[in-house]
Amino acid sequence: MSLKIFIPLDSASVALGADDVATAIAKAADMRGIDITLIRTGSRGLYWLEPMVEIATDNGRIAYGPVTPDDVDALFDAGFITGGEHPLSLGKTEEIPFLKKQTRLTFARCGIIDPLSPEDYRAHDGWAGLEKALKLDPADIVQQVTDSGLRGRGGAGFPTGIKWKTVADAPADQKYIVCNADEGDSGTFADRMIMEGEPFVLIEGMIIAGIATGATKGYVYTRSEYPDAIRIMTEAIDIARAHKVLGPDVLGSGKAFDIEVRMGAGAYVCGEETSLLNSLEGKRGVVRAKPPLPAHEGFLGKPTVVNNVISLCSVPVILDKGADFYRDFGMGRSRGTIPIQIAGNVKYGGLFETAFGLTLGEIVDDIAGGTATGKPVRAVQVGGPLGAYFPRDLFDTPFDYEAFAKRDGLIGHAGIVVFDDSVDMMKQARFAMEFCAIESCGKCTPCRIGSVRGTEVVDKIARGEDPERQIALLTDLCQTMKFGSLCALGGFTPYPVMSALTHFPNDFKPHALDIAAE
Amino acid sequence: MSLSQTVEEISTRVTAICDDLAGLEGPLLPILHEVQETWGFIPEGALQTIAKKLNLSRAEVHGVASFYHDFRHNAPGRHVIKICRAEACQAMGGDAIANQAQRKLGIGWSETTPDQSVTLEPVYCLGLCACAPAAMVDGKLVARLDNDRLDRMIKEVRS
Ligand SMILES: Cc1cc2nc3c(=O)[nH]c(=O)nc-3n(C[C@H](O)[C@H](O)[C@H](O)COP(=O)(O)O)c2cc1C
Ligand code: SF4
Ligand code: FES
Repeated sequence: MSLKIFIPLDSASVALGADDVATAIAKAADMRGIDITLIRTGSRGLYWLEPMVEIATDNGRIAYGPVTPDDVDALFDAGFITGGEHPLSLGKTEEIPFLKKQTRLTFARCGIIDPLSPEDYRAHDGWAGLEKALKLDPADIVQQVTDSGLRGRGGAGFPTGIKWKTVADAPADQKYIVCNADEGDSGTFADRMIMEGEPFVLIEGMIIAGIATGATKGYVYTRSEYPDAIRIMTEAIDIARAHKVLGPDVLGSGKAFDIEVRMGAGAYVCGEETSLLNSLEGKRGVVRAKPPLPAHEGFLGKPTVVNNVISLCSVPVILDKGADFYRDFGMGRSRGTIPIQIAGNVKYGGLFETAFGLTLGEIVDDIAGGTATGKPVRAVQVGGPLGAYFPRDLFDTPFDYEAFAKRDGLIGHAGIVVFDDSVDMMKQARFAMEFCAIESCGKCTPCRIGSVRGTEVVDKIARGEDPERQIALLTDLCQTMKFGSLCALGGFTPYPVMSALTHFPNDFKPHALDIAAE
Repeated sequence: MSLSQTVEEISTRVTAICDDLAGLEGPLLPILHEVQETWGFIPEGALQTIAKKLNLSRAEVHGVASFYHDFRHNAPGRHVIKICRAEACQAMGGDAIANQAQRKLGIGWSETTPDQSVTLEPVYCLGLCACAPAAMVDGKLVARLDNDRLDRMIKEVRS
């Protein structure tokens, strides 16, 4: 029987050389007359070990990594195809501590299956949630999602079931499910990983959302920085259509649902749901005032569910295993699991799905293993460019929506970016303002002008022009932005700025800022 | 290539693109992407044709094209290097890499070298934040970028 060898096709794994490793393995096997089947999977999310190669053995999968093409001959010599020992041996994949400690509900199949094989997907409990949903009354689907306690994973943490109910209750001839796959936050890649590694679960989640709310058309709005995710999602949709999972008669239920992928055009603000809808309609990505809510008047004025990729991908397991099963994970009002994305200057970077409740310190010190540079951790930005910087003093904060809010922070899309002690926090504050200035949609003055002013004020502190007064000005400016902005781009930029200023005041002294020329 | 395109040629090709995509709900972004895919930027002459096909004013189409960072208004170099400037890459020395790229190429952001070989663009996150710093060269992703790798990359595209 042909030997099965698994190598990721995930874009980060490929950027680390996975394609070259696959070619080298195929060539070496051919030279040695060994019959192998190479299966390209998503990534397990252990990026310091990528490209990670797995072998199917009677004892389960055995992993090796990080593999370079130069290692391949030695791996064959060591008999890795039967699990032989080699310096790159990692043992059984499932036993690698970083994986073993996780609770993979949403990412259950990512890195295991061929992303574009519907047979593989079904063999790993795929479509089970949808099949159960098709037997339920739509209102009961909504109830299950509500009971599960699932909150939006895009950042705002709004209860998904309540959003669905609003759309379900809105009378209209046409409704839409829009999947927000714009994932613009630095330090996040969960949406990308699941779209590349397990695209059918997103399709399944969107169909369930459609059936629950009476929507028959779905859009996946993905950023242009993710060409591989776009290609894989598009292929998966075609395959799902060919298998009659999508189309006029979803799995023979008589219900219709179809999906189209759309590509953004490099605007961070288009991750904001109303800006996204304008963009999808072919307009400038300017934020809309609410009300009306997208649930009442969304895409083309029709009732629209806008949900993040991970929110939608969490729905199939909820329908399959039940609301209680999901709700039993987590803490407080943060129920279920959250894929934490560990990024920046860390020893063990990657995706760690776990129940809510780990402390920031456990994540940074134990799971991420501290910094890659080996220097002390100084600051951790949680929740993307609009999230606060946390000093070590606040590492006891548990990963939970309310706990982070209480500490003037947010978990956002659950990306954490770790910095070592070489970080200049005044420079990070300046960057937050600069980013807001670059990405502002221009609708409100505090955001559009305030952010530009913010960078100028920081530059003045750096140059030593009356720094005390400038710091007061910066604080004032943040207040104005926080309370005078229509959306969270202008409204939350004060989080990184003020947290830098509050927790690292000594960095806000005159000194040269090492900044890349504009 | 683009410079030798006549107004009529652009109009004919853009008309075909519009005919192909006008049936979509909200067709303007897909059309602009296709136009940029064809020429590497949005030629001035394309705006009027798109406007006519979609029943919009030229100003509206221009307003949309100019809102998004992706859409270029001038022809790029033969190669495009995008370097991530966002936080996770900063944490791994991304700023130094960005500075080095500017110095080596002798250009700033969104500029093209005088020999038309390379355009350098900033990008804010490529989803490679766990293996930073990251870049994209002609659509191909590069992770754990360091100075040596950058030098080799620049040499390759300029040869
Ligand atoms: C500036 C800005 C950028 C945002 N970017 C994203 C994004 O990339 N992905 C996302 O899902 N939500 C993003 N959001 C949040 C969305 O507005 C919205 O809350 C979310 O898509 C709702 O889906 P959920 O309830 O499933 O989280 C962003 C919000 C703002 C203000
Ligand atoms: S806060 Fe900024 S991005 Fe948000 S609506 Fe106002 S101007 Fe636009
Ligand atoms: S921040 Fe550079 S790839 Fe995400």
